[in-house]
Amino acid sequence: MRCGVVTFPGSNCDHDVYHVLKHVLSQQVGFLWHDKADLKGAELVVLPGGFAYGDYLRGGALAALSPILEAVREHADNGGLVLGICNGFQVLLESGLLPGALRRNRSLRFECRDVFVQVERADTPWTEGYEEGRVLRLPIAHGEGNYVASEADLEVLEETGRVVFRYCDTDGNVDEESASNINGSQNAIAGIVSSEGNILGMMPHPERCSEAILGNDDGLALLATAVGAATEVLGLSR
Amino acid sequence: MSQTKTSNEPLVDQALAEEHGLNAEEWEGLCALVGRQPTLTELGIASALWSEHCSYKSSKVHLEELPSSGEHVVHGPGENAGVVDIGHGWVAAFKIESHNHPSFIEPYQGAATGVGGILRDVFTMGARPIACMDSLHFGAPDAPRMRHLVDGVVRGIGDYGNCVGIPTVGGQTRFHAGYDQNILVNAFALGLARRERVFTAKARGPGNPLLYVGSRTGRDGIHGATMASESFDAESESKRPTVQVGDPFTEKILLEACLEVMRTGAVVAIQDMGAAGLTSSVFEMADSGGVGFTIHTDRVPLREEGLGPYEIMLSESQERMLIVAERGRQEEVARVFRKWDLEVSEIGEVAQEQVGRVLHGSEEAAVIPIDKLADATPMVRRPVEVPKDLAQRHEMPAFEAEDPQQALCRLLDTPELGSKEWVWRQYDHTVRTNTVVGPGGDAAVLALKGTPSGLALTCDVNPVYCGLDPFVGGSQAVAEAVRNLACVGAEPVGLTDCLNFGNPENPEVAWQFRECIHGIANACKALEVPVVSGNVSFYNETEGVSIPPTPTLAMVGVVPDLGGVPVSHFTTAGDRLVLLGRTHDELGGSAYLRLLLGIEAGKPPAVSLDSEERLAGLLRYASFEGMIHTAHDLSEGGFAVALAEAAFAPYKNWGVRASVDLDPRTLFSESQARALVAVPAKRVEEFLTEAETEGVDAVDIGEVTETGRFEVDFDGGSIELDVDELRQLWSTALPRALDL
Repeated sequence: MRCGVVTFPGSNCDHDVYHVLKHVLSQQVGFLWHDKADLKGAELVVLPGGFAYGDYLRGGALAALSPILEAVREHADNGGLVLGICNGFQVLLESGLLPGALRRNRSLRFECRDVFVQVERADTPWTEGYEEGRVLRLPIAHGEGNYVASEADLEVLEETGRVVFRYCDTDGNVDEESASNINGSQNAIAGIVSSEGNILGMMPHPERCSEAILGNDDGLALLATAVGAATEVLGLSR
Repeated sequence: MSQTKTSNEPLVDQALAEEHGLNAEEWEGLCALVGRQPTLTELGIASALWSEHCSYKSSKVHLEELPSSGEHVVHGPGENAGVVDIGHGWVAAFKIESHNHPSFIEPYQGAATGVGGILRDVFTMGARPIACMDSLHFGAPDAPRMRHLVDGVVRGIGDYGNCVGIPTVGGQTRFHAGYDQNILVNAFALGLARRERVFTAKARGPGNPLLYVGSRTGRDGIHGATMASESFDAESESKRPTVQVGDPFTEKILLEACLEVMRTGAVVAIQDMGAAGLTSSVFEMADSGGVGFTIHTDRVPLREEGLGPYEIMLSESQERMLIVAERGRQEEVARVFRKWDLEVSEIGEVAQEQVGRVLHGSEEAAVIPIDKLADATPMVRRPVEVPKDLAQRHEMPAFEAEDPQQALCRLLDTPELGSKEWVWRQYDHTVRTNTVVGPGGDAAVLALKGTPSGLALTCDVNPVYCGLDPFVGGSQAVAEAVRNLACVGAEPVGLTDCLNFGNPENPEVAWQFRECIHGIANACKALEVPVVSGNVSFYNETEGVSIPPTPTLAMVGVVPDLGGVPVSHFTTAGDRLVLLGRTHDELGGSAYLRLLLGIEAGKPPAVSLDSEERLAGLLRYASFEGMIHTAHDLSEGGFAVALAEAAFAPYKNWGVRASVDLDPRTLFSESQARALVAVPAKRVEEFLTEAETEGVDAVDIGEVTETGRFEVDFDGGSIELDVDELRQLWSTALPRALDL
């Protein structure tokens, strides 16, 4: 699959996603520069993590105004795949492609650690490589990951089953009040999809756990599923 | 030359020179150098370049003792960072640097700009930074401002490194009342480059343009280098304006733009503007290239109006670089920077004659012969004296041994020996997807993409040992670093040192410095580790009280194959526990004495470099052969603490059942050249045979269990505890002690 990784000034996980897509999953990958509304034919567009424009204003706020977002929006409207990871999730929210916002972590500190999330939906273009209910261990690294949305938006998300990942403990128990809901997100939300399922925004970093040498490859199935390579890479039936 | 005095310049005389930190001899040297009464800008330039921070005038004579060459060394000291060959066509550029003085005055910005500065030192060499470490020495947790200092430093490091996207994979965080008035913040960075693509800071080619890129110049940090060359007094708080302010976003785009522009071939040389700003970068580049320059300070982009040549030459505004470009290729360079929304200004050119000319409009603000400036740099051999109370401090006081079970709990419950996770969880340590072993282990391990091998990094020093015996302390730091690397199967390829000391004009401090260097040099020669870069920080002194001698070492090693890298915690029930090395009754300078009994006395544990070499060889071999699951170095707190730590695995508490030939004192002895390993039961015979061949004492002392119980029989008793209980103390000790 042709994949495009967007580089905003200050993106710093662009190389990481590129590496996994290209070297682990053997896909065609290119970087997409923020100031052109051109996806160069990419079928999967990734908005990577980092600190676009330093995030001095608010995570993703300036990046959401970049020319490339027009192209991303058009791509998404036509059903194209868009993945926003961490800062990329913030950009998706700021640009209105997904509902809600991210506040500072409950601890008021940057948190870099592994978290556990439950796969709530295994029927999206992102998660078919997992079994529903599976608990994944994924790395996070952010200061603003505390998901909030209006009551109305939350209700829609929950009723239409658009919450894909929820923070949980090692055994898969979800408790919004407990420490397992690492950043204090409403309903312990770690990742959501658009109504058509083609846009996924999530705080944890699947690209940081896609190689066995790093001690964890729980994230590989997500990226493999997205590029349609789950069968070859993971030996899974889709 | 034209009349050099600008309208409102103060009179430049010896009194003003003294205010700039120049002594009578240096003032005369400066007058002779310029051949007349110096201008204010000339005085400013000389005072910055001759400051201790920039000139190493008190340390150079000793630093020459350190071995700096070896088969892997590509560039030793003298460049922005040391460079070593790590195989597969790659080199690693790395350096550690202090940011102590600014961090004490303004912890957040001081620490943040420390990270920024060291990253620029690395990417200036054409290397992409891939890892940071930080060695932090704080005062007693309950000392005034300490909570604020710890919080500020950790946030500063985190916010800067996280934003730039370089993982902080290791380091040290220590607490000792000797740093109550002078904390230490030492920042390390390492970058990778292809061997043939390393850049240096040698200006050449008369007529080649000097390009200024990055942030605009402001008034911040003027005389930062001079501040870092003075002791603190009651007025130090008022020096806040000399602390620079960091902008990690600009650093990130500057980093990308610089690495991109270096690939164009249009760059002759590049240097960051660190301590002493534009002054040091342009003079150093010209000096090492054997050329001169002309700079027009009125062409330097400014953040505010009204800065004169003096301020522009000395500002330490952050995130700025100076580039010597190939003449006629300025536009190629500018195009790259414009793409990254960065300004480029042509501010001067390289000259044939070895003279540095600073022009401000029509005013000739400074004219300094560069070759003579370097020669005129004052070198000092400071008088040394053995501390008067040393013999007395070497006497081991009598004390009653504590109940070992209690002692273990109390030691793990201190911020010194407790988990540092509170600190490193605030640092992104997984970005760039190379982190095989992150913070919290004996050494960090990074995968070298596209190869089977990896890099290992560790940061070590025990200032208590150094205070009691600087020679032994210096050697011990090298030995421990080698041991930590060996625990992950790595062979050392080089080290960088950050030598933090008190006032070198105090003969006892000068003695500590000399002895520490002797100790480091001695161990480096024996263990074949070259010192490829470093930094000296003197004047860590407040109102006459100096810090404990603190030669922080950061060592880099290569792991030939990441396949079988052991970790520092247990992984498998049924593994046999093997204690390596020989334990003596060595509690001098130990954590046990200091933290439990408040005694800081005795002689630190002896260092046998021969034993260290044999132990390291065994660990590396066993690791390469995949013979061991766990390897953990025995250091502060001795055997008992190391065994407990190994039981704390991520998301799991292992149990241990062991029986050792140690007593209530030696359980906590800090004898060197020891490690604890866990070996799969079926390979333990093979391992013990190998240890015997290598000449390393090895005793099978017990096994790893699933029970979560810590059960150890020793001479005269036993310890029986729940690992969960120990972990509770250990994991929360630091934030509890600081109320964070």
